[in-house]
Amino acid sequence: MTIQQPKIDLSPKISDEVRKTTCYMCACRCGINVHMKDGKVAYIEGNRDHPVNKGVLCAKGSAGIMQVNAPSRLKSPMKRVGPRGSGEFEEISWEEALDMAVGLLEPIRKDNPEKLAFFTGRDQSQSFTGFWAQNYGTPNFAAHGGFCSVNMAAAGIYTMGGAFWEFGQPDWDHTKLFMLFGVAEDHDSNPIKAGLGKIKARGAKVIGVNPIRSGYNAIADEWVGITPGTDGLFILSLVHVLMKAGKIDLDYLSRYTNAPVLVNQDKGSPDYGLFLRDDHGAPLVINRATGNLAPYSMKGVRPDLGGDFQMGDVKHVSVFQLMAERYLAEEYAPEAVAERCGISATRIRAIAGEIARVAFDESFELDVEWTDFRGEKHSKMTGRPVSFHSMRGISAHANGFQTCRSLHVLQILLGTVEVPGGFRFKPPYPKPVEAHPAPHCQVTPNKPLDGPHLGFAHGPEHLALKNDGTAARIDKAFTWENPMSSHGLMHMVISNAHAGDPYKINTLFMYMANMSWNSSMNTSGVMEMLTDKDENGDYVIPNIIYSDAYSSEMVAYADLILPDTTYLERHDCISLLDRPICEADAAADAIRWPVIEPDREVRGFQTVLVQLANKMKLPGFTNEDGSAKYQDYADYIVNHQRKPGIGPLAGFRGPDGDKAGRGEVNPEQLDRYIENGGFFVEHIPTEASYYKPWNMAYQDWAVDMGIFDSPQPYLFQLYVEPMRKFQLAAEGHGERQPPEHLRERIREKMDPLPIWYETDQHGNEGYTINALTQRPMAMYHSWGTQNAWLRQLHGRNPLYVPTKLMQEHGLKDGDWAKVSSPHGEITVPVMEMAALNANTVWTWNAIGKRKGTWALEEDAPEATKGFLLNHLIHELLPPKADGMRWANSDPITGQAAWFDLKVKIEKVGAPDDLAESQPALPPIKSPVGTGPKELKWKVGK
Amino acid sequence: MHPAPSVIVFTTLSGLGFGLLFFLGLGLPAVSGMVAFVFFAIGFALACGGLMASTFHLGHPERAWRALTQWRTSWLSREGVCAVAGLMVMGLYAIGVIFLDQDWRLLGLLGSALSLATVFTTSMIYTQLKTIPRWNMKLTPALFLSFSLAGGALLAGQVTLAIVLLLAAAAVQLAYWKQGDGALAASGTDMGTATGLGERGKVRAFEPPHTGSNYLLREFVHVVGRKHSQKLRVIGFALAFVVPLVLLLLPFHHLIALMAVASHLAGVACSRWLFFAEAEHVVGLYYGKR
Amino acid sequence: MTELPSSTDRKLGLVIDLDTCVGCHACVISCKGWNTENYGAPLSDQDPYGGDPSGTFLNRVHSFEVKPTPCSSQPDPAAQLIHFPKSCLHCEDAPCVTVCPTGASYKRVEDGIVLVNEDHCIGCGLCAWSCPYGARELDQAAGVMKKCTLCVDRIYNDNLPEEDRIPSCVRTCPAGARHFGDLGDPDSAVSQLVAERGGMDLMPEMGTKPVNKYLPPRPKDEMEGDIDVLAPFLTPVAEEPKGFLGWLDKALEKI
Ligand SMILES: Nc1nc2c(c(=O)[nH]1)N[C@H]1C(S)=C(S)[C@@H](COP(=O)(O)OP(=O)(O)OC[C@H]3O[C@@H](n4cnc5c(=O)[nH]c(N)nc54)[C@H](O)[C@@H]3O)O[C@H]1N2
Ligand SMILES: Nc1nc2c(c(=O)[nH]1)N[C@H]1C(S)=C(S)[C@@H](COP(=O)(O)OP(=O)(O)OC[C@H]3O[C@@H](n4cnc5c(=O)[nH]c(N)nc54)[C@H](O)[C@@H]3O)O[C@H]1N2
Ligand code: SF4
Ligand code: SF4
Ligand code: SF4
Ligand code: SF4
Ligand code: SF4
Ligand SMILES: [Mo]
Repeated sequence: MTIQQPKIDLSPKISDEVRKTTCYMCACRCGINVHMKDGKVAYIEGNRDHPVNKGVLCAKGSAGIMQVNAPSRLKSPMKRVGPRGSGEFEEISWEEALDMAVGLLEPIRKDNPEKLAFFTGRDQSQSFTGFWAQNYGTPNFAAHGGFCSVNMAAAGIYTMGGAFWEFGQPDWDHTKLFMLFGVAEDHDSNPIKAGLGKIKARGAKVIGVNPIRSGYNAIADEWVGITPGTDGLFILSLVHVLMKAGKIDLDYLSRYTNAPVLVNQDKGSPDYGLFLRDDHGAPLVINRATGNLAPYSMKGVRPDLGGDFQMGDVKHVSVFQLMAERYLAEEYAPEAVAERCGISATRIRAIAGEIARVAFDESFELDVEWTDFRGEKHSKMTGRPVSFHSMRGISAHANGFQTCRSLHVLQILLGTVEVPGGFRFKPPYPKPVEAHPAPHCQVTPNKPLDGPHLGFAHGPEHLALKNDGTAARIDKAFTWENPMSSHGLMHMVISNAHAGDPYKINTLFMYMANMSWNSSMNTSGVMEMLTDKDENGDYVIPNIIYSDAYSSEMVAYADLILPDTTYLERHDCISLLDRPICEADAAADAIRWPVIEPDREVRGFQTVLVQLANKMKLPGFTNEDGSAKYQDYADYIVNHQRKPGIGPLAGFRGPDGDKAGRGEVNPEQLDRYIENGGFFVEHIPTEASYYKPWNMAYQDWAVDMGIFDSPQPYLFQLYVEPMRKFQLAAEGHGERQPPEHLRERIREKMDPLPIWYETDQHGNEGYTINALTQRPMAMYHSWGTQNAWLRQLHGRNPLYVPTKLMQEHGLKDGDWAKVSSPHGEITVPVMEMAALNANTVWTWNAIGKRKGTWALEEDAPEATKGFLLNHLIHELLPPKADGMRWANSDPITGQAAWFDLKVKIEKVGAPDDLAESQPALPPIKSPVGTGPKELKWKVGK
Repeated sequence: MHPAPSVIVFTTLSGLGFGLLFFLGLGLPAVSGMVAFVFFAIGFALACGGLMASTFHLGHPERAWRALTQWRTSWLSREGVCAVAGLMVMGLYAIGVIFLDQDWRLLGLLGSALSLATVFTTSMIYTQLKTIPRWNMKLTPALFLSFSLAGGALLAGQVTLAIVLLLAAAAVQLAYWKQGDGALAASGTDMGTATGLGERGKVRAFEPPHTGSNYLLREFVHVVGRKHSQKLRVIGFALAFVVPLVLLLLPFHHLIALMAVASHLAGVACSRWLFFAEAEHVVGLYYGKR
Repeated sequence: MTELPSSTDRKLGLVIDLDTCVGCHACVISCKGWNTENYGAPLSDQDPYGGDPSGTFLNRVHSFEVKPTPCSSQPDPAAQLIHFPKSCLHCEDAPCVTVCPTGASYKRVEDGIVLVNEDHCIGCGLCAWSCPYGARELDQAAGVMKKCTLCVDRIYNDNLPEEDRIPSCVRTCPAGARHFGDLGDPDSAVSQLVAERGGMDLMPEMGTKPVNKYLPPRPKDEMEGDIDVLAPFLTPVAEEPKGFLGWLDKALEKI
C-alpha cells in the first residue's frame, strides 16, 4: 500500500498580533511576546531581544495565560462584613473604597503619621511606594527585603558596593570555575539557567555548595553537601588555605581594596580600629614608591599591603596585616573546620587548589585599554576565570551577614570581582555605600518625612531612634538590635504592632505580601495577632487595608481590599531608580502596559496610590495651585522627575525621545517603550565593561546616564569601618550607647573583618536536625498555586528526609511524621531523598495552602497534604535564662533566620483518620467562589 | 495495567462466544431449527456483546469502522476484520442451519476458522506488546485460544471435549502465571535501561513529573498486592476449571450444565481481571512503579 | 498509513542533555501552552482547581536518584540527582504506528515525525499501550490520542521568523539543555553533539530505535583527595603571620 499521509497545515497563523511586555510571574522580569487572537491572550513566549531572558521563558512565564484567567482573581473592592479571618466580604464601589481609605489615612497624617504602617511585599515599584510613604510622612515603610535577603544585599554593598542577588552576575562568557552557594532558584531565574547552560556547553566546572542536591546543585560537577549554617567557616577556611599559599591577587588588593589602608591600633583611643585619614577624610596608605603616607587615591601611589605607620604613640597597621593575623590562624585550617562543616579537610584543600589553579593558571587577558581612577592607563584587562554566586542559603541565617561578607572577601582576595571571568556588577551598581542615602525617620504631622526611609547606616548616628532612645520605626529597624537593617524588618511589623512595642499603630496598609501565611514566621500566631481584640472588643491592630490581585490567605484578614489587576492589565515601571533589569554589559529598564483590559472592577495599585495621594493632596503629588500632578501611574512614570532630567524611566527621554538616562520628559515615552518591545537598553562601552568601580570610562558613562551626579570611584571594603563604629559604641565610646543587654553582642558580632559564629542555638536541646525550604523552579511562592497548569507540577509537598534518617525512624515514602521544633509541631507526609545532607530535612516553600483560598476546592491537595514549615519557625527565639526573647534574626541586619530552624522527627500514623497534614486550619470562605471542573483552553478556532 | 471493565467483559464474552461459534461451525452439536437458533443466538450475543463492550472505552466509537482499515499491520484491525468476517460467515451459515435446514459445511468450516482467528487476533493485540512483558509471551495466545475453546466446548455441550479442553486450559493458565511472574525480570528492561543511567549505579525514581495523577498512571500503573492476587488466582482457577470439571463429572443435568458455564464464565472473568491487573507496563519504571 | 515508511528523508528529533537539565519544567509548560492553542484539540485539564487535578501533557520531566557503585577512588560516593525530560522519541521503528487500527497514527516520510491524525483517531489507546516511554496521552475531553508533534506546526511555519522555526520546548529551555535537528545527517550539529558526548537510546532492547537521544551526565564528584596533583598550588609560603609578611614584601617587589 502506498503511504498516503494526511495533508496538514504546516504554516498555521500564529496570532493576530504580538504585544511585548514584561513577565511578572516572578521577579526576574523577563521580556514576553504575548500572542493575541481575537483580543485574547493565546500564547506567551519569551522575547528574543530582551536583555534578561533573550527569548527563553521559564515554566511560570509560559503559564501566565492561566494566571490571567485564574478564577482566584479578585473582582471588585471589598469591605469586610464577617469577623477578621472569616473571608466574608461585601463588594463595594471604588469610590466608596477610596473614601474609606482616605477616611482612615487623612486623620492619621494630620495627627501622627507614625500611626500608619505601610509595608509592601515583593513589590517592583519601591521607588514609587517609598516616595508616596515619604510624602505621606510615616517613618514606617519598607518592602520585603528584611525577611528575604538583606544580609546578601547589605553585606555586598558595605563590602564592595553591590551584591549577588540582582546586583551582579558571574561573567558567564569567560568563567571557567563557578561556585554556587545556597541557591535553589534566586531572582535571576532565567539568566542563571542560561549561564549554567553556557558554562556546561564550554565544559567548565560547577561546584554547588548546598545541603540539598537538586536543581542547579544536581547538575553541579561537584556537590558539597555542607552542614547548614557553616558556610562562613568553610569559606574562611578556603581563605586560610589560599592566603597561606600566597594564591591571592596582591596587585588587585593593593590597587582596588582597602587592604593597604592603615588602621589605628591604639586600644584606648576612640579611634581604635578606625582608618587613618588625611584632612579631607581620605583613608591613608603607605606608598611603597616612597615609603611615606599617601591618600589611597593619589596618582602614582603604590599602596603597601604590609604597611604600618607609627604616629606618636599610636601604631597603625594595614588592613591586610590584620587579615593575615586572623585568617592564617590554625582555627581556620581545613582540619579544624572539617567536622563542623561536614566537609573533609582533603576536599576543602582540593577545592581551594582548584580555585587557585583556575584563578591564576588559567588567567587570560582581554586586549582592552582602560584608565583607572588614579589616572593610570592599563593596556589589558586581566581575567581571573573563577566566579561565585550565592543567595539565601547563606544569607537566611543569623550569621548570614558575616558569611556573605566572607564570601565577598574571598572573591576580592582572588581578584575576581569586576574582572573578566569573575563577578560583574549590573548598573546602577557598583555604588559605594556612601552614595546611598542614610536612613531617615523624622516625623512631622501633616508633612513629609525628612528623607528616604531606608538606607545604609555609617555609624550609631544613623540609627532610627527617637530622642528617648526608643525605636522610631514600628519594625525597630536601625536600632541596636539590628543596626544595619537596610531593608527594614517587615516580618516584625505585625508582632510589634500587636504588642504595641515600640508603640501602637492605627492602620496597617499592606500590598502584595501574604503575611497571614507563607511570608510570616509563626503563621498561626500571626493569624491570632491579626484577629486579637482588646478589652473593649476592638481589634488590637485597629485597621488593615490590603491590596492583592488574588484571593490569597491574607485577603481574609483585611478590613478593606483594594483589588489589583493582573500583570498583563496594568502599567508598571521597572526602573533604574529601583530594581532594574540591567545586565553587566548594559543599563536597561522596562515597563508593563495593559496588553489586555481588565474585565473586572480592579485597578493597578500604584494608580490607586496616586488617587489616594490626590485626595489627600500629598506634597510631591500636588502642584502649587493644588491640582493633581499625576492622574494615574502611567502619568507618573512619564512625568515624574526625581531630579531634573531624571525620571522613573531612563529610555527615550527628551522632546525627540533620543536621550538616554538624563533628559527632559517625553510625553511619548511609553509609546516608544512599547514600540521597542517594552524595554530600553543602553550598552556600556567596551572600555568601561570591567573594573567598573575604578574605571573612569565607566564612571563617566554612569554620570551621563544619570546613575551618579559625579564619578564615584571607591575601594572595596575588606574591613568595614562603619561596623567598627558600632563596636566602638559598645566599647563605651560616643554619645549614642547601646542598651546594656546588647553591648556584648554588638562588640562580638559587628566585627569589621568577617567572622563565623554558631547561630544562637539556645532552646534547641534535643532538636538536632536542620530543616530547610527551597523554592520550586516552577512555582512562585503562594501565587503559583492558583495556576491550573503549575499546580499539577507541585500540588503537594512532602518532607524530604535523608536515607539515614528514614531508616533510623522506620519511615518509608508516604508515611507520616511529626516534626517539631521548640516552637511548635506539624504532622506531614515524608519522602526519601538520598542526595541530601544526612542530617537535613526539607520541603518546597509555600506549596501548602489554607482551605478556601485561591479559588481552590477545599479538598485541594495543597490544603490537605501540603504544609508550611513556617509553623515551626518563630520570629523570636525561646526565652533565655533572664526571660528575654531575642529575635530570630541576624543581629546586624535583622534578616529573618529562616534556615536556622532545628527540628526532631518521629513516625506517627496518619493524623486521625482523615489523612491531612496538621495543623489543619478551618477553611476561609472564598470571596470569589471556586473554579470550573474542566479546562479546554483555546482562544483561536 | 488498569483492568478496564469494558475490556474484561469484551475479552471474556467474545472469547466464549467465538468459542461456541467455532464448535457450531464444525457442526458440534449438529443442531437445526429452534435449537440451532438458541445456540447461535447465544454465540452471537456473547461475541457481539463483547465487541460492543469493547467500543465503550473508545474516545470516538462513531469512527470505529475505521479500525477495519489497517489489517496489514495492526492486530486490532485484524481482529476487527476477522470478527466482522467471522460473524458474517457464521451469520450466513446460521441462516442455512436455522431457517433452511441446510448445513453448508464449507461455510461452517470457514466460519469456525474465522472465529478462532478472531480469538487469536485478539490475543495477539496483547501478545505483540513488548512494553508489557507479561503479555509478550507465546503463552498469551495459547491462553486465549485454550480458554475460548474450553468455554466454547462447555457451551456447546461437548462434555468430553470440554473436559479435555478445560484440563488443557487449566494447564496453560498455570504455565502462563508461572512464566508471567518472571517476565518483567526476564525482559531485561529495568529503571537502568529506561533511563540509560543503569551503568552509573543504582537508579531510584525520585520526584514524579507531576504531583497530580495522569493518564499514564491511571492506565498503566495498577498495583495489585501479591497476597490479593494469589487469592484471586485460586478463586479464579477454581471457578474457571475445578468447579466446571467437577460438575461435568456429575450426571448431566441442564441446571448443572448452566452452573458449570456460569462458574467458568466467572472464573474466566476473574482470570482476565488478573491478566490486566497484574500486567506491568514498562512505563511504570519511569515512575518507580511496576 | 499504519505501515512505517521504509525510510524517511530526514530524522528530525531532539537531543536532551542530562548534564545540563536543571529540571525547571519550562519545556513542559511551554509545550502545554503551544499545543493547547495549536495542533488539534486543546490539551485539556480535569478538576483543574479541585482535589485531583490532572491534564494532558506531551512532555514531562521526571527526576531520578542514582547511587553510584563504590569504587577505589570513590569508596562512598554521594548520590546524584538527574532531571529527566521525556516526550515522544519519534522512533524509527515506532510500534505505536503499526498497532494503530485506524491509520490515525503515522510517521511522516519527509522528516520521520510521528503524528496522530486526530480526525481519524478512535481513541482506542492501543498506541499508548505499545509505547515504552509513556509518550502518548489520551485527552480526556477530546477523546483522541495526543502526543508530541515535534512542533510540526512551528518548524516549517512561514509565519514565524526563521530562528523561531524550532519546537516550543527547545526555544524556551532556559538552560539550553534541549537541541533540535536532523539526526539522520551525521554532519548536523545534533549528530555531532551525540557523537561527542556519547548520546544514548532509552530502552534500546525494545527495538524501537528512538530518534531522540539523551546525553549522559558527565562524571561527578571527582574533586576529592586528588590533592597531590594540586599540591604545588597550595604549598604554604610561610607557616605563620610573620613569615607571611616577609613573603608579602618580596612578592610585592615583583609586581
Ligand atoms: N519557610 C519559609 N518561609 C519563607 C521563605 C522561606 O524560604 N522559607 N522565604 C521568604 C521570602 S524570601 C519571601 S520574599 C516571602 C514571600 O512571601 P510573600 O511576599 O507573601 O509572597 P507571595 O506568596 O508570592 O505573594 C504575596 C501576595 O502577592 C499577591 N500578588 C500576586 N500578584 C499580585 C499583583 O499583581 N498585585 C498585587 N497587589 N498582589 C499580587 C499574591 O496573591 C500574594 O497574596 O516568603 C518568605 N517566607
Ligand atoms: N521559581 C521561583 N523563583 C523565585 C522565587 C519563588 O518562589 N519561585 N522566589 C524569589 C524570592 S522572593 C527569593 S528571595 C529568591 C530566593 O532564591 P534562593 O536563594 O535560591 O532561595 P531558596 O529557594 O530559599 O533557596 C535557598 C537554598 O539554600 C540552601 N541552603 C539552606 N541553608 C543553607 C546553608 O546553610 N548553606 C548552603 N550552602 N545552602 C543552604 C537550600 O538548600 C536552598 O537550596 O528566589 C526568587 N525566585
Ligand atoms: S523567570 Fe519566569 S516567571 Fe520570572 S519573569 Fe522570567 S519568565 Fe517570568
Ligand atoms: S526546560 Fe530545559 S532545563 Fe528545564 S526541564 Fe526542560 S530540558 Fe530541563
Ligand atoms: S516514543 Fe512512543 S509514541 Fe513516540 S514514536 Fe516511539 S513508540 Fe511511538
Ligand atoms: S488511539 Fe487513535 S492513534 Fe492510537 S491506536 Fe487508537 S486510533 Fe490509533
Ligand atoms: S517538540 Fe513541541 S510538542 Fe514535542 S515536546 Fe517539544 S514543545 Fe511539545
Ligand atoms: Mo524573597
